[in-house]
Amino acid sequence: MMAFIGTLPGAISQGLIWGIMAIGVYITYRILDIADLTVDGSFCTGGAVFVVLFGTGVNIWAALLAALIAGMAAGLATGLLHTACGIPAILAGILTQLGLWSINLAIMGMKANVAVNVTNPENLNRLLVSLRFVQDVAKGTRPITRHPVFVVGLFTAALIAVLYWFFGTELGASLRATGANQNMARAQGINTEFGKVLGLMLSNGLVALSGALLAQYQSFADASMGRGAIVIGLAAVIIGQVLFSRVFRNFALKLLAVSIGSIIYYVVMQAVVSLSGIDTNYLKLISAVIVAVFLAIPYWKSHYFSKSVRKGGKLHA
Amino acid sequence: MLDIRNIFKTFNAGTVNEKTALQDVSLCLKDGDFVTVIGGNGAGKSTLLNAVAGVWPVDSGSIFIGDTDVTGLPEHQRARYIGRVFQDPMMGTAATMQIEENLALAARRGKRRTLRPGIAGKERDEYRELLKILDLGLEDRLTSKVGLLSGGQRQALTLLMATLQKPRLLLLDEHTAALDPKTAAKVLDATERIVQKDRLTTLMITHNMRDAIVHGNRLIMMHEGKIALDIAGEAKKKLTVEDLLARFGQATGSDEADDKLLLG
Ligand SMILES: Nc1ncnc2c1ncn2[C@@H]1O[C@H](COP(=O)(O)OP(=O)(O)O)[C@@H](O)[C@H]1O
Ligand SMILES: [Mg+2]
Repeated sequence: MMAFIGTLPGAISQGLIWGIMAIGVYITYRILDIADLTVDGSFCTGGAVFVVLFGTGVNIWAALLAALIAGMAAGLATGLLHTACGIPAILAGILTQLGLWSINLAIMGMKANVAVNVTNPENLNRLLVSLRFVQDVAKGTRPITRHPVFVVGLFTAALIAVLYWFFGTELGASLRATGANQNMARAQGINTEFGKVLGLMLSNGLVALSGALLAQYQSFADASMGRGAIVIGLAAVIIGQVLFSRVFRNFALKLLAVSIGSIIYYVVMQAVVSLSGIDTNYLKLISAVIVAVFLAIPYWKSHYFSKSVRKGGKLHA
Repeated sequence: MLDIRNIFKTFNAGTVNEKTALQDVSLCLKDGDFVTVIGGNGAGKSTLLNAVAGVWPVDSGSIFIGDTDVTGLPEHQRARYIGRVFQDPMMGTAATMQIEENLALAARRGKRRTLRPGIAGKERDEYRELLKILDLGLEDRLTSKVGLLSGGQRQALTLLMATLQKPRLLLLDEHTAALDPKTAAKVLDATERIVQKDRLTTLMITHNMRDAIVHGNRLIMMHEGKIALDIAGEAKKKLTVEDLLARFGQATGSDEADDKLLLG
């Protein structure tokens, strides 16, 4: 039990970092109504771009920005495959994801993983977040304001503020309309193809940013670091929705719910590992099962239970 | 105002499901014309409106709105000129967005969507006034999600959205068919009022012959992808349902009109 409590700050930090990726997933899955599988690749793209640039001495903010832009480029690729080439969104995402596997390796100089040299204290101090900062704060050798929970928490808050503003603008509202009802959107003069591409870019930009933060945190990028990211993102979105949908109505709070959902996911996973001693290789299976069940619940509800629910739905229609 | 010249449309060409839905259709509407469209199921009425709206490109022919050739324009670009209400009440509004957000989207039809706020404070008062005219109690529910509204309320809202920015052409595709008779009458009433007020050039499909006769200044009847009847002016004013049935029989050389058309 004590061991588990000791790992909490780390689990929360990771949850917050992955939460940014989950917010990206929320944009495609919930707002645009597209299941985008690009994220499994673009997450690593962000990490790879960051680690390589940081390693050559590039300013940390510039490296993060570059990761964001690389992710947006991946989203652009999927968006164009989907809209300009008419490929179903899922397949378009899979194609980009597959292509990114090679691209990510190429970015990392054909190595499966690249480390950030954190034994050099100068390098370490340049980082925004690091697992070592968690330990340093615990030891008292670093101020609490450098704790990853604090830093990524602030980062997430700023991000949510920007997204809240954006989705309230004319352009942002047109994206929401595109996801809600394409017929209506087009009839109101909204270019739905453009909206989908823009949304995919925005989403994958955030996913890559999250990958860049994780690479920093764990001090390496790995070719397979994004494997299953989409499932983790969906888990966070669903957990957030199940727990908070009744109290969080405001859009900013819904994004916050996703971030909290991600934290809960990581804390629960950590608890499972610490308390049951299960082989960590089973975690992906557990995630897959949990997400499958939560995705199935609404379907089961409408198909196998209470017919009155469906009738009620028609009355409201 | 609207000039449709010799348009053709065949769906699923070259397959067993091949269906020629529009065959050499030409139609010219003057400014302020209110044309009602009737015809049996599958006659090509919706296809005609969809061709004008640009849902897909036509096979040949051309379509002008005013002096603008819109034949090659995609749907969202034609929306600048066109307001639409669909048969399905679900289709014209975004269920997960608020009433005022839907209206604000419609208020920006044909304009560039910028990074300015999606809805300005003073718009809300304007919307409240407009909703009052519908007389459906929506003026107090600006921030309600549209998904909570009834079918009739959604159609009325869609109608308002279609005409919020005065369109050069209003396309109504059986927009009251899915509603109960009382609500249908209310929505049709609102339609008549809005069309009259702004003198909107309108194409209205209806399955109800009486409505087709009562409303508008011109009536066309479609049959097998062609315009079989076109009655305007004084002749339309004097028209009765019986006349219409008889003339349809003459025009198409069939007497199946009764079952096919007396749906309403
Ligand atoms: N998108 C489509 N794909 C294939 N066939 C279509 C499509 N739209 C309409 N049709 C066919 O074209 C014909 C005319 O349809 P429509 O214009 O919807 O008739 P209505 O006069 O009842 O509105 C019908 O046979 C219909 O099945
Ligand atoms: Mg029809």
